[in-house]
Amino acid sequence: MVLWRDVYVTWKELPAFLAQVLLQPFFLLFVFGKVLGSLGLTRPGYAELLFPGLLALTAVITAIQTLAFPLVAEFGWTREIEDRLLAPMPTSYVTAEKILFALMRSLVATLIMIPVGILVLGSIPWRWSGFPLFLAGLVLGALVGAGFGLIMGTFVQPQRISLVFSLVFTPLLFTGCSQYPWPSLDQLRWFQIVTACNPMTYVSEALRGALVPEVPHIRPWVCIVVLVFSVTVLISLGLRGFYRRAID
Amino acid sequence: MGPNVHLQPRVRHGRAYDFAVAAQLLPEDATSCSVEVADLVKRYPKAQVNAVDGVSFAVRAGEVFGLLGPNGAGKTTTVGMLTTRVRPTAGIARIGGVDVLQDPVAARQQLAVVPQRSNLDRSISIRDNLTFHAAYHGVPAREREERADELLDQFGLLDRAKDKPDFFSGGQSQRVMIARALMHAPRVLFLDEPTTGLDPAARLFVWDRLRELRDSDVTLILTTHDMDEAALLAGRVAIMDHGKLLALDTPDALIDSLEGEGTLELAADLPADGQVVDALAELAGVERVEPVHAAANGDAPDAREPQAFRVRLYLTGDAALLVAPAAAVLAEHGLALQDVKLGAPTLEDVFIHLTGRSLR
Repeated sequence: MVLWRDVYVTWKELPAFLAQVLLQPFFLLFVFGKVLGSLGLTRPGYAELLFPGLLALTAVITAIQTLAFPLVAEFGWTREIEDRLLAPMPTSYVTAEKILFALMRSLVATLIMIPVGILVLGSIPWRWSGFPLFLAGLVLGALVGAGFGLIMGTFVQPQRISLVFSLVFTPLLFTGCSQYPWPSLDQLRWFQIVTACNPMTYVSEALRGALVPEVPHIRPWVCIVVLVFSVTVLISLGLRGFYRRAID
Repeated sequence: MGPNVHLQPRVRHGRAYDFAVAAQLLPEDATSCSVEVADLVKRYPKAQVNAVDGVSFAVRAGEVFGLLGPNGAGKTTTVGMLTTRVRPTAGIARIGGVDVLQDPVAARQQLAVVPQRSNLDRSISIRDNLTFHAAYHGVPAREREERADELLDQFGLLDRAKDKPDFFSGGQSQRVMIARALMHAPRVLFLDEPTTGLDPAARLFVWDRLRELRDSDVTLILTTHDMDEAALLAGRVAIMDHGKLLALDTPDALIDSLEGEGTLELAADLPADGQVVDALAELAGVERVEPVHAAANGDAPDAREPQAFRVRLYLTGDAALLVAPAAAVLAEHGLALQDVKLGAPTLEDVFIHLTGRSLR
């Protein structure tokens, strides 16, 4: 029922939801994949390697956006969540619902990116044999985003959220290997180390492994292990933050 | 804090409050209680003192119970513990016989909360606010639709059912929140300062609805710093200050405990010493004299301005007869009378008597 409330609100605000989650990856795809390619400023094949990266970006960012801002508002000033916290169900159900909802929105947004990609690029790289890895990467990417979202939504003071958002969001966006494959960074050793610290890198690399295996990428099993570890750490931190706000 | 701690009245002024009387009012049979609190303590992390410091009381099913005290007295924290949002440091809190710490889910099924500030869901309409609330509480679909219409009608909200709560006034939000709280037919309804900040008409409307609820068998726990509201609605009132329960009884019994028939409040233009107070106390018919301090919430009075003289006389007889003699006493001490208020004692006088300060 609590999940139904969130789905219901999303459905009623569908255009806003689509704009919020699709505008950024759409423009990145359009400018880097289409415009620069048409101008001959990128090498042929760049769009193929960019596309899985943008799916990873969409998966992670959508999940963060689903939780971070709404939670800050719901705990901070609208207090909307109180009615659900006072409902006769364990508090863990409310948190589980939030994570599940972030996962759902994230998957929907990424799936919508596929037809968008076909429209913008004409064709997208696709391998059915890579589908299990593709799905695992997306789900883990969404959970990483949900973890970040829970942490930001419950630990950050309402008056600081804009600052934290710009301080966390932008670096996360550009160090997640969505616009470049990680192994190619060995020219730029320090940046390669920085990007290795961003869990999103492993989402991008896993999706490249699934869709464009001919591009050098981090081995899928490494990606999965790192992601499972990141999800565990981020989600448990986020849950701690949630309980701290839910019960004094 | 062990279970053997008993209520200790902490009285700084005047006579100690008689707790034996209050104890008799507690039901012996625990199953008839809808709310029980025993030796409840809350200390927030890093706090120097307990926000709630060993509070015990019991409320019968169907009773209207007022928790009265200034801001920071511990009322909201006490209610927070009863409603499972604040974890007690020590002590027991039960709702309908269910321990809130051991089984918060079952406790929540029986209670509803109307907070002071709106926490309505702004993304959905008023009607959806009601039906979703009922759905969270497991009310079947058809029943919640019917109840929503019924309550929207009762609270005069039918024509606004499809509006979102964004632009609702304080009074309207309050009505929606009370209607929402009633959607799952709670046994205990907590209301935090239900009419603070409402205009007089909205306040009367809310009071009327609460009186109707009183006549059904819902238990109401009302926290307020409005003495009139408490006296008007509550069957029994607990007075809290500094995390402790100072007194608990019916409003009439609390007022009777002051043993006076009338009060006379006097204000003069200048500060005065104890001699004036003594002289006033010696007048015939004066039972007791208590200085009235303006500081309501324990904050320090403005140091730059000397406080004008203000006292309240508790009388055995008619207040009007004492105005002239009292004015004469002030004049003898070189003070000019600025303000006179005659009255029968109220709950506020009980509060001043117990804590030595005014609520407002």
